[in-house]
Amino acid sequence: MNNLQQTHGANASFVQRNALLPLRADALRFAPDGLTILDDVSLQIAEGGITMILGSNGAGKSVLLRLLHGLLEPHRGEVLWRGGPATREIRRRQAMVFQKPVLLRRSVAANLEHALKAAGVPRTERARRIEEALEEAGIAHLAKRPARVLSGGEQQRLAVARALSLKPDVLFLDEPTASLDPVSTAAIEALILAADRRGCKIVMISHDLHQARRLASEIVFMDRGRIAEQSEAASFFKEPSSAAARDFLAGRLRLPDGR
Amino acid sequence: MQDFADSFSLAFGLILSADPELAEIVLLSLRVSLSATLAACAIGMSLGAAMAIFRFPGRGALLIFTNAMMGLPPVVVGLAIYMLLSNAGPLGAFSLLYSPTAMVIAQTVLVTPIATALTRQVISDLHVEYDEQLRSLSLGPLDTLGTLLWDARFSLITVALAGFGRAIAEVGAVIIVGGNINHVTRVMTTAIALETSKGDLALALALGLILIGISITVNAALMALKGTARRFAYE
Repeated sequence: MNNLQQTHGANASFVQRNALLPLRADALRFAPDGLTILDDVSLQIAEGGITMILGSNGAGKSVLLRLLHGLLEPHRGEVLWRGGPATREIRRRQAMVFQKPVLLRRSVAANLEHALKAAGVPRTERARRIEEALEEAGIAHLAKRPARVLSGGEQQRLAVARALSLKPDVLFLDEPTASLDPVSTAAIEALILAADRRGCKIVMISHDLHQARRLASEIVFMDRGRIAEQSEAASFFKEPSSAAARDFLAGRLRLPDGR
Repeated sequence: MQDFADSFSLAFGLILSADPELAEIVLLSLRVSLSATLAACAIGMSLGAAMAIFRFPGRGALLIFTNAMMGLPPVVVGLAIYMLLSNAGPLGAFSLLYSPTAMVIAQTVLVTPIATALTRQVISDLHVEYDEQLRSLSLGPLDTLGTLLWDARFSLITVALAGFGRAIAEVGAVIIVGGNINHVTRVMTTAIALETSKGDLALALALGLILIGISITVNAALMALKGTARRFAYE
């Protein structure tokens, strides 16, 4: 634990500037068919450290992540990267890993090859990047295996390796370790921390408070489609400023009329 | 009963001796139906994939049309192509009627709706699964199409085999536009129809047995393919 916090300390002072940040969401509303899922969500994500989105089921975490990444269009409000809307170039410098990894019906290496080609990485460089990414994820020995016969933990490691092989400036992760065993979870957390050290901004959703304590430098806490608070991780876990977060940390159920 | 037994032994004799007339008919059948399947897959798979991932005006109507065409009786397709290719028809100048080319055209028309409808289903199911990942990679529409077609390759081979099955088995379309001319447009199904009505059961039976053999081979290939796909989790 101490180790991790030290890396975070080093992290705050990294010199490399992130080309995409700050990321700002301005009064986002997402309400398909009149059903409000997100409303009046504003936040700013700056470079450095891991931003962790916490909240109970249905709080709108996944929708927020998709709005930020551009997979969904907000019905109101806007997402701004360094003050401007996302261009194709900006979108290509982000990557996302889903809770249930979407793997192509190809070999492990071919999954990375496909993503690198889509990102416009020249052929000569692809082989090197594939090897590097698989090596780092500890799945180099599986390179030739069909991706979809891997175990759940290996599949998610592959999905993270594929995202990281793109060398994104921002990586979004939607509960990447949900339903994985501790060994796989540790492997994925190590990959995430290494990417963070390299200056890749991590924005990730988690259900797991222990994981949030291990990784986060900043917490965005969501409650019923709104942001209840955005705080430094240390102060959040010591004393959350919102009642919703206090209840969540104390493990108290909040009933719909208890607002 | 004795007659039937004789017919069977004659039929096996024809097959085992690789009778030249029999071989000619079988080869023409395969040539026509394989060409038609290839052409129908080229058209139908592009069209079906496009219908699966693009929204364009008239898409709904096209969907209903292809689904309706799937069950079209071959004789009706034969009639339509006959009218197009006959001397009085708009394509009469090419003098294609009663040629193997006419038969390929008719079977292509017959198989294309099947290839289109099945491909649309396969690709749109896969698209649902891949959509967010591919959009996250900022893939353009053509690359998306390419990715989906490649990843659906096992299912698409199944589609092609289903199309070939329909082509090789139909008689209505090829008999109208081909005319069942000996040494020119006689294929297995038209020969069976003719020989049976002439009472020459041996040749008809031999061809029938070969058709059954082809059908078994195609289905065995399908099963082997599905086994491979399952082993790689590529279904």
